[in-house]
Amino acid sequence: MADVPTDAPEHCPGTTSEQAGKSSACQGCPNQTICASGAAKAPDPAIEEIKLKMATVKHKILVLSGKGGVGKSTFSAHLAHALASDDSKEVGLLDIDICGPSVPKIMGLEGEQYVEDNLAVMSIGFLLGSPDDAVIWRGPKKNGMIKQFLRDVDWGELDYLIVDTPPGTSDEHLSAVQYLSGAGIDGAVIITTPQEVSLQDVRKEIRFCQKVQLPVIGVVENMSAFVCPKCKNTSQIFPPTTGGAQRMCEELGLTLLGKVPLDPRIGRSCDEGKSFLNEVPDSPAAAAYQTIVQSIKDYCSSNATPAPNSH
Amino acid sequence: MACDWFKLVGAELVDWFIELIGVFCPRDCGLRGRTEVMEESSEEGNLRAVGRVVLVLSGKGGVGKSTITTELALALQHAGKKVGILDVDLCGPSIPRMLGVSQQEVHQCDSGWVPVYADPQQRLALMSIGFLLDDPSEAVVWRGPKKTALIGQFVRDVAWGELDVLLVDTPPGTSDEHLAVLENLRKHRVDGAVLVTTPQAVSIGDVRREITFCKKTGVKILGIVENMSGFVCPHCISLSLSVSLSLYLSLCISLSLSVGSVPLDPLLAESIEEGRDFLQAFPESATYSSLRAIAESVLTRLQD
Repeated sequence: MADVPTDAPEHCPGTTSEQAGKSSACQGCPNQTICASGAAKAPDPAIEEIKLKMATVKHKILVLSGKGGVGKSTFSAHLAHALASDDSKEVGLLDIDICGPSVPKIMGLEGEQYVEDNLAVMSIGFLLGSPDDAVIWRGPKKNGMIKQFLRDVDWGELDYLIVDTPPGTSDEHLSAVQYLSGAGIDGAVIITTPQEVSLQDVRKEIRFCQKVQLPVIGVVENMSAFVCPKCKNTSQIFPPTTGGAQRMCEELGLTLLGKVPLDPRIGRSCDEGKSFLNEVPDSPAAAAYQTIVQSIKDYCSSNATPAPNSH
Repeated sequence: MACDWFKLVGAELVDWFIELIGVFCPRDCGLRGRTEVMEESSEEGNLRAVGRVVLVLSGKGGVGKSTITTELALALQHAGKKVGILDVDLCGPSIPRMLGVSQQEVHQCDSGWVPVYADPQQRLALMSIGFLLDDPSEAVVWRGPKKTALIGQFVRDVAWGELDVLLVDTPPGTSDEHLAVLENLRKHRVDGAVLVTTPQAVSIGDVRREITFCKKTGVKILGIVENMSGFVCPHCISLSLSVSLSLYLSLCISLSLSVGSVPLDPLLAESIEEGRDFLQAFPESATYSSLRAIAESVLTRLQD
């Protein structure tokens, strides 16, 4: 059964939810008996369908952060660019931030889906008629969209599929992990900034990964230090009052993939839809990115066939 | 001298705020007195004595909603108002840390949950899921319906008592949490929303969607704050990171909304990190002046 059947009432908790058939919203719904009996909680057939679809995708990487605005989409976009710079590789970038899809803007795409011949992008941003269109959807409807992105988009043969997520630990994240559970995810890259306000949320994201048995490839500390484009001196805008990502990784036994400094030219490139790695390739931030990308590539090569995740 | 100046500006900031909400009362009846509110909302239980309700929204994550909510609440509190903050960011609750109360617990009373007070005089109250977690690193991995249910409880079952203003800090987006807040506040009312953005196009893009959300749900937009609007390098004093003001300004002009920008200030970032009151600690900073400029430009607009 669909997560939210077409004849469901307004506050349907979703057929796979623990509240299915039991919540007050279920009163009077024609599917209530089926849901309450647990029949609707049989594994979603879409999981198997997606597993078949993803058989031609070698490596799947999730980009996560508990915190908003730390640079997930920026990182996802530039990871995609860096991987696609090798012409022999095919790369896909899937943006499952349904309410705030940033990827089309950062990739410089307004309506097209191919940035270069070997780099394909999918986002709900492409399906919106105007930049003012808001997607005001509750969880079950967002889950349906993510299922469609994974099952119904013809990704073809890909070496890498990067999945950019919104902040938090909610519907989008659970759905991505659930629908890809048959196909297997190589791992997650966690993005943070140095301050405790970010790390606080990122620790929750790491717990989420542990709960759903999603391996963590490593952590990237973004906006690490500000390098003034004029005088080249370094300042700390976001103070690492509790030791930054470095200490958190030591405490939790995770790999710190790298620290990317805050370079105003990154933001400018994103606004213009260009790859920062092409625009200013000799900057410290570009060098940091390339090191991180290499670590991710090495991780994927040593993880040739990801086992299906169970949760 | 600095303290007197602060009191003056603080008072202006608050009067602007109350005046703004009153003037734009959706029932078009001017500034409503407390007795009117209480008579009408006898069914409202714990919201009975709450004056104005203002949402702090942004389509985009990480632009400073929680920071702006905290600073606005502190300014109102310093000016003698009773303020509440309802933090409905269930996955990433930041406000307890920002007010230095993350170690506190929530207690029950006859009317429901007692909010946590950030000051001994009990003029700044806060409710957040952060207080209900045993372990601060514990992840709240909930789908929409469960989040909706808890937000309903937060709105109904917190014994706010008498408040002049209740600020609602939200997570980024236009989804379950935002709809849940509006639905549960339907009997009371939402007096308006303050939107927060940063200069970058990706932020402005998401804020435009949030504006559409407000239009569709009938929430009055009180103004748009542009946060992290530039950074002054302490070494060479040159200005960076203000990508372009034109996007933000053209947005405000098209909507006839007040303009106001807050620069990227490491002192503010540090105060927020450590749960210190930035307004009390740095009343002579450029950031403080920016808040004053926001208040002044809105007052000017009100006099038009």
